[in-house]
Amino acid sequence: MIIMSVPRFWRKQIARYNLVGTQCKKCGEKFYPPRNMCPKCRRDGEIEEYKFSGKGEVVTYTVIHTAAEGFEGQTPYVLGIIKLEEGPSLTSQIICDAENVKIGMKVKPVFRKLGQDGERGMIYYGTKFVPESTDKC
Amino acid sequence: MSVGIVSYGAYVPKYRIKVEDIARVWGDDAEILKAGLMVNEKAVPDVDEDAATIAVEAARAAVNRSGIDAQRIGAVYTGSESHPYAVKPTSTIVAEATGATPVMTAADFEFACKAGTAAVQACMGLVNSGMIDLGMAIGADVAQGAPGDALEYTAAAGGVAYIIGNKESELVAVIEDTYSFTTDTPDFWRREGMPYPEHGGRFTGEPGYFKHVTNAAKGLLNKLDAKPEDYDYAVFHQPNGKFPSRAAKMLGFSKEQIAPGLVVTRLGNTYSGSCMMGIAATLDQAKPGDRIFATAFGSGAGGDAFSITVTDKIDEMRDNAPKVEELLADPIYVDYATYAKHKGKIKIA
Repeated sequence: MIIMSVPRFWRKQIARYNLVGTQCKKCGEKFYPPRNMCPKCRRDGEIEEYKFSGKGEVVTYTVIHTAAEGFEGQTPYVLGIIKLEEGPSLTSQIICDAENVKIGMKVKPVFRKLGQDGERGMIYYGTKFVPESTDKC
Repeated sequence: MSVGIVSYGAYVPKYRIKVEDIARVWGDDAEILKAGLMVNEKAVPDVDEDAATIAVEAARAAVNRSGIDAQRIGAVYTGSESHPYAVKPTSTIVAEATGATPVMTAADFEFACKAGTAAVQACMGLVNSGMIDLGMAIGADVAQGAPGDALEYTAAAGGVAYIIGNKESELVAVIEDTYSFTTDTPDFWRREGMPYPEHGGRFTGEPGYFKHVTNAAKGLLNKLDAKPEDYDYAVFHQPNGKFPSRAAKMLGFSKEQIAPGLVVTRLGNTYSGSCMMGIAATLDQAKPGDRIFATAFGSGAGGDAFSITVTDKIDEMRDNAPKVEELLADPIYVDYATYAKHKGKIKIA
């Protein structure tokens, strides 16, 4: 069971589907998840939407053997921090065998099921990452 | 007015299971099955893949191949018999994830294995009537087959998206015409709430597949006053390797004409994606000017035939997205237990 309300997921849906964040036009800093205000430029900043390429690299990772409720069927799986080539980092599942994932490995985005609210509830979709060099891992 | 394919994109999950591994579990003879079905292995989805994620990957590949602005897409229709929701469109997920929303129409199609080609026909009509600029028609499935049923040897996962338009300079292939043959034939079905389809066994053959495929194909050939030898390639719905090979022979098409599109031996039956995947594999290697004859079949039952001519534009576009051969290459083989886990056949309390 994923504890997330339908409207809460829906509000962030585009960000999760298409890696849409924001950037500050003044200083060029890019944000994911999207920020409404630039922490550097403050009120002088100018925030606009920015679509990330999705290319990045693995900063660090862990292998989940004892999963949270709703993810038991997926173990073992790799959860990592991805640094996007435009700057920001995010936490995501990496679709790769635990033995083959490496720190510094280049990754690209794929569209996958993130989870579902039981058998009756909503299915949550979004971005995960796979190794860039080959879809095999 | 010309109408045709502006772009196409395919997606196949990277996992496969061999017929031997399924046969071992049920005590069947793998060699007899492989010879009878002409299928050696089938594509298996990952634990987090379903018809919607597969449709999105195929749709994105189609957009990337042509580089068109997704905002020009005025209709997204996804054909599948494994839509993740009973009520809630797959097509809105696809449209949002490809950047086609919000000024567009969308709906999900269902007609067993030919829902995707029915969506192509709907897009052809909308484009040629001037109602929309471009339409996207998708066939995607994580096909269901009950454990131990004959279908389990072939029911596979994969999807294909076609972007349909009518601006001649944009077309990679012109669809000269389409012809359908449809009757109420209960050869295969799945009732509401049931996890697996039922089928009429051998009844799916003559009164189902062969009657509808040959009538649709002959109807189109007659309408165009064309002959099988006028075409360089042919694709017929591929629930297994045997049916399309036999249909081709009955209609007068050669083994060579159907070879490039006959991907079922290594892919399995991707249901709504089946015939469309064969067309994509053929477009991957066709030359400008080549002609492709294709007939999809959907149980229930109907056949959709298409006459397609490849244009010069194909050479510019082809390499901008993964080809079907590349998607089929270097698979990761899984055993039956892993396959059961991936397909959600193992229930966790």
